[in-house]
Amino acid sequence: MAIPVLDVDNLVVSFGTREGELTAVNGVTFQVHAGEVLGLVGESGSGKSVTGLAVMGLIDAPGRIASGSIKLLGEELVGRSERELRAIRGKRIAMIFQDPMTTLNPVLRIDTQMIEAIRAHESVSEKAARDRARQALAQVGIPSPEERLNAYPHQFSGGMRQRVAIATALLNRPAVLVADEPTTALDVTIQAQILAEVQTLAADHGTAMVWITHDLSVVAGLADRIAVMYSGRIVETGPVEGVLDAPIHPYTNGLIGSVPSRNRRGVPLAQIPGMAPSLARVPPGCPFNPRCARATATCRADMPGPTLYEGDRMARCHHPVPAPESAAA
Amino acid sequence: MSDIAPATDLAPEAARAAPPAPLDRGESLLRRHAATFLRSPSAVVGLVVLVLAVLGSLAAPWIAPQNPYDLTQLDIMDNMLAPGERLAGGTVAYLGTDNQGRDMLSAILYGLRISLGVAAAATIIASIVGASVGVLAAYVGGRVESFVMRVVDLQLSFPAILVALVLLAVFGRGIDKVILALVVVKWAYYARTVRGSALVEKRREYIEAARCLALPRWRVVFRHLLPNCLPPLIVVATVQVANAIALESTLSFLGVGVPVTEPSLGMLIATGYQYLLSGKYWISTFPGVALVVVIVAINLVGDRLRDVLNPRLSK
Amino acid sequence: MLVYLIRRLSQSLLVVAVMATLVFLAVYAVGNPVDILANPDADQQERAAITARLGLDRPLYEQFGVFIWNALHGDLGRSFVYNAPAVDVILERLPATMELALVGLVFSILIGIPLGVLAGLKPESWFGRTIMSGSILGFSLPNFWIGLMLILLFAVELKLLPASGRGPTASVLGFKTAMFTWEGLKHLILPAVTLALYKAALVVRVAQAGTREVMLQDYIRFARAKGLSPLRIVGVHVLKNMMIPVVTVLGLELGSMIAFAVVTESVFAYPGMGKLLIDSINRLDRPIIVAYLMMTVVIFVVINLVVDLLYAAIDPRVRLSDAKG
Repeated sequence: MAIPVLDVDNLVVSFGTREGELTAVNGVTFQVHAGEVLGLVGESGSGKSVTGLAVMGLIDAPGRIASGSIKLLGEELVGRSERELRAIRGKRIAMIFQDPMTTLNPVLRIDTQMIEAIRAHESVSEKAARDRARQALAQVGIPSPEERLNAYPHQFSGGMRQRVAIATALLNRPAVLVADEPTTALDVTIQAQILAEVQTLAADHGTAMVWITHDLSVVAGLADRIAVMYSGRIVETGPVEGVLDAPIHPYTNGLIGSVPSRNRRGVPLAQIPGMAPSLARVPPGCPFNPRCARATATCRADMPGPTLYEGDRMARCHHPVPAPESAAA
Repeated sequence: MSDIAPATDLAPEAARAAPPAPLDRGESLLRRHAATFLRSPSAVVGLVVLVLAVLGSLAAPWIAPQNPYDLTQLDIMDNMLAPGERLAGGTVAYLGTDNQGRDMLSAILYGLRISLGVAAAATIIASIVGASVGVLAAYVGGRVESFVMRVVDLQLSFPAILVALVLLAVFGRGIDKVILALVVVKWAYYARTVRGSALVEKRREYIEAARCLALPRWRVVFRHLLPNCLPPLIVVATVQVANAIALESTLSFLGVGVPVTEPSLGMLIATGYQYLLSGKYWISTFPGVALVVVIVAINLVGDRLRDVLNPRLSK
Repeated sequence: MLVYLIRRLSQSLLVVAVMATLVFLAVYAVGNPVDILANPDADQQERAAITARLGLDRPLYEQFGVFIWNALHGDLGRSFVYNAPAVDVILERLPATMELALVGLVFSILIGIPLGVLAGLKPESWFGRTIMSGSILGFSLPNFWIGLMLILLFAVELKLLPASGRGPTASVLGFKTAMFTWEGLKHLILPAVTLALYKAALVVRVAQAGTREVMLQDYIRFARAKGLSPLRIVGVHVLKNMMIPVVTVLGLELGSMIAFAVVTESVFAYPGMGKLLIDSINRLDRPIIVAYLMMTVVIFVVINLVVDLLYAAIDPRVRLSDAKG
């Protein structure tokens, strides 16, 4: 098997605060291969965005990568100097963010913002860079790209802006694209279009993607593998069909149950009671135990270790959900 | 965070902050504020310096070595003594003497009296005028309000120094005239500040309740509305005292402020200016230092007051 | 854009008109100029003659009409002291003051923006805090005293720079200016720095706040994710966004710089229109005072107009919305 494009191993990210050291990401491990899409799913505060930023080397003080490793095509990134990371950022790993209204600088023209992304990494002429920017815009489905290059961000709609951001991120053909909820702020129809386009682009270029979202339905259509995060840990991971059809972790099960589906009209949505714990007050044992129907004394005492399951899957649970007898669970 | 905005910016800043629920006039609130205030060492230093300056200027007739306004006490033979030299009368002029043989220490104490007095008087009058206008504008609303605020904006768009200069050029010199000029250029700040907070307070339930009781209008405005707009006003006024001191000293330095016979700090500095180039630094420098120390002290206190009285920042 | 321009222009004219009325009322209606003009020994007849000559016996509204009519023709009276048209006397001093304000403005930008940006990038660091405390001093200390201390240090003690006056002028593009001779520049440095300090303190605060705010924006994160160098991020992405509030503040303050020049020019015996104003106030040369005020108002209004246009040039969002409206 080829080495993974992105190999994150036992990553720990912590933030020094007044209340002490808070661990936002606690021993996260995953791999993404070329052309593969990993859906990183979780509620807000689960550490999924911090994981994405850590991969980019964009954790700012008071945060830091406390331990673990992030390998890009076998090369270690943790511990690299800012200068070295900068050469990788935008070139070999790119990132797009949630709110397309704010990720583009309002006072700079689109061409400026795209050309600088190319010229930060390659010494090409302004004109050559501009040509590439135009092609990239055309690729993400922006009509009359030449004119649009001269426009300012406020002259674009939200969906168009996110396309510009995606085109910008993909300008240098990065090996990895980290997408932090890039479609959450968009209309559903626009969201679908963009997802389809990104999927094609990633497949064409063989880009490995980490798609961070709280929306399981996005992951279902897009991802190859899924990793569910809760309170800084990956609690379940595996191929997308396997996980969605037969969740092992009660949290995953709860997440799936809370997604509205047309097959279950009229049935009240299942909910996960309570709220995700704040980083300062993570309960002892399995952090999910206060919200878990299956929790026992063991769960309140011990953090379950990773257990491997059939079908290339992993989950951390003392009391896994039994395999479903039917899909209507 | 110490984040003093310049005086001009402070007004809307302070005004935007919604004061807490109706002032609890109880002592506990005052004590709590005092305790919070004292937690900042720099503010305490500022307060101590300020109190000393006020006491020193009030006690000037008793503690100053001589009365610099009394020409019979001055000896022209004592002029331009360097710091530490002895006057003909035998007393040591620790800060030197000026061109008329005035002991600088005495002159500074008396000058401080005038500078502080003028600034305090101007600030009190201006804040009363401004607060009344502001609170009435907010309460009445409509055209009156927009007209008043237009005037305020117009006034604030012109530099205070220029307006004051012109007024004094028209009025002539004199302590009362300086105060008047300062009031004219400063009232608008208070009007803007108070109107801002009054607009917020006006919508609160206790005003509604007071109105429902059919209390007289003036009573609602001045007994109920105004007191609750005071915290931002106090903050602005504190900083504006420093500003008024600086402005008065500038006017006096330019020769349009207080009369020559009763020099304020600014005028002492102006006198010394003529001798600065010949190396007689003390006549300008020491009054200047006194001026600067007082201004900085007031700013430190004002800065802290802002933190204390601004409920948005206090936790 | 044209509609916008016309609207702004008419607003400006209104302000000038209002100020003209106020200046007229303040300076002409208070006190009697005859007292100053007439020989103290003049008898009733002589005084009456002067009053008639000046039109002071006519009703106020008529005097006002004459004042406005003359003002529209560029006639703001004759200086008693210089015995020349007040406008000419002031215009003669205008370049010196403009030069001072301009150099002061440049200094305040050169001092204020780098310090403000630095403080904004590291607000919690010791130098960030020091810069911010320093800026409080910058605008709470009386300007004239700072000027005196600079004279004491650089002119009296170190003997590096001249203490007063304006350097020799040279003709550049038809303007007589002291900015392009070494002597002239040396004379400008101290007064310009004095004048600049207050504004620099203000710019520091605005730039610091602006930088802090901009640094939190997603587009800065995106710019970093693109692998841009810190120099480019700060120099292009941060600076350009931060310049919007800075330009607004500076523009609004340029007018007050001309006003503050009154103080600075007096301290440095700098022959500009500010010193002329003080001299005229002390000599009761009323036409000069009126002319100065009217011209300052016009300068203010023009500056505000230019700032608005500049603002539109920096912020594309403003440009667009105005083009629509």
